[in-house]
Amino acid sequence: MRDFWRTNQQRLAPVLFLLPGLLMFIVYVIVPIFQSVEISFYEWDGLGEKEYVGIGNYVELMDDEAFYTSLKNNVIWLVLYMLAIPAGLFVALFLNQNVRGIRIYKSLFFFPFVISQVVVGLVFSWFYDPSYGLFNKVLGFFGAEPMAILADEDWVTYGIIIAGLWPQTAYCMILYLTGLNAVDSEQIEAARLDNAKGLKLLWYIILPQLRPATFIAMVVTIIGALRSFDLVSIMTNGGPWGSSRVLAFYMYEQAFSEYGFRMGYGAAIAVVLFAIMMIYIASFLYKMYRDERGH
Amino acid sequence: MFPRPIEKASPPAKALYKIALPVALIIWLLPLLAVALTSLRSQADILNGNYWGWPTSFNMLENYTAIFENTPIGQYILNSFRVTIPTVIGAVGLSCMTGFALAVYKFKGNLILFFLFVAGNFVPFQILMVPVRDFTVSLGIYNTISGLALFHIAFQTGFCTLFMRNFIKALPFELVEAARVEGVSEIRIFWYVVLPLMKPAIAALSVLIFTFIWNDYFWAMVLTQGADTQPITAGLNSLNGQWVSSWHLVSAGSIVAAMPPVIMFFLMQRHFIAGLTLGAVK
Repeated sequence: MRDFWRTNQQRLAPVLFLLPGLLMFIVYVIVPIFQSVEISFYEWDGLGEKEYVGIGNYVELMDDEAFYTSLKNNVIWLVLYMLAIPAGLFVALFLNQNVRGIRIYKSLFFFPFVISQVVVGLVFSWFYDPSYGLFNKVLGFFGAEPMAILADEDWVTYGIIIAGLWPQTAYCMILYLTGLNAVDSEQIEAARLDNAKGLKLLWYIILPQLRPATFIAMVVTIIGALRSFDLVSIMTNGGPWGSSRVLAFYMYEQAFSEYGFRMGYGAAIAVVLFAIMMIYIASFLYKMYRDERGH
Repeated sequence: MFPRPIEKASPPAKALYKIALPVALIIWLLPLLAVALTSLRSQADILNGNYWGWPTSFNMLENYTAIFENTPIGQYILNSFRVTIPTVIGAVGLSCMTGFALAVYKFKGNLILFFLFVAGNFVPFQILMVPVRDFTVSLGIYNTISGLALFHIAFQTGFCTLFMRNFIKALPFELVEAARVEGVSEIRIFWYVVLPLMKPAIAALSVLIFTFIWNDYFWAMVLTQGADTQPITAGLNSLNGQWVSSWHLVSAGSIVAAMPPVIMFFLMQRHFIAGLTLGAVK
């Protein structure tokens, strides 16, 4: 036994080290993905018998207005959330100095990312409150009529996205600050000698060097936008009249709503969301694969 | 350095920057400052609509004792710790091993397994929700701390493995080879050679996972219900329903909920940022 281990340990050790983690991951993450796909072909209230309906749930989705609202909102989220990247870069450029106390400033600017989205959501619901929120005080200052952003079908999604942009900008900022720390100062000096300045210098010399930071910022921002659930749930609970739903929230609502559990239908929504996300996951993996080959 | 260091700028520009810095910070954190200030306000201030002015009186002690005495917020906080700490230990521990296996050994399917962890880490939670809830119910641990923590451990292992594997891959491989030549067993190599070098990665991951799990809201809603098991994020949501327009209490609760990750961040800032910005620099 001992000898067997000794001669084969280089082959056995990885199995041993991988087994516990891999097993948990397969049971809780990999297998459920396939189970969800399977459930999406059934009508199921979560307790009773499952009834096979084929692609019935997907057919129903095609005619579900709430599904299209959620999908449309997801696209808005995805597009507007990307603003966190230039905004984060802007803040990072502003803070990338060596004055006294700048480290404290950097960490305080990062603050919104550390606190929970539940708190962010509560803070912003309050900020938007029509009777005493600061937002309406400012509107009033400019002589505008008060607006109930979170009760307005046309504005509500934008209002929530702005709340989401706050921590997301902080995240992108920290990525860029780290990136800026590592830019090659000789290249900058050389470019400066050639009279490159300001935006030109940023565009041609700095941004190419920040490419890894931009890539990570894009990945986390896209994933964050598609995962948006917390803020919608806290700030509006999907309302008014479902106009601020996103796919992640609509799925939860269908599966566990007070109108009865529709696990199969919820799973079908989740599969659609997963398919959208898969595009990004696949391109991320492809890039990682190329990097690995490059080594 | 880019942009050009402000020390080299003209005196007015320098002065402008020194003023702009605190002003920008105050605007940036205005929503939070307002919450902090409101958590000190009196009921009368709230009723009079004094949300943005200076409080007429400071009621820190009253407000904060009130939320602890009249609501289960203490229990929620405790639940959060009971979920978060085992998850940190579990996920970081498991991923030390998986990361080591994937970084040190060459075997068939290594890269595929690695990509499996990476991909799984990015999936939307909703695709896992129904089966995970079902599985948790069937194990008889639905609405328990361990049910929630077990899922978190499994899911976070994906991100942690990505992190650990890349970290170990960047260590000098000669160390492992030298130990092998000396006849040190693989398990001892892991324990005595590689693990001591992983301390920075372990620290970085621990603070990150602590924050992620502390702030988790979705899974808390899916896998727990009621004050006995719910962590503070879900708890705050239900308290918010009870405290309709008692904004001084909502604010105090929010501050309490935000405290532990904030303290963690300030204590371990360097590690936290190192973890978060992994891969942002080539």
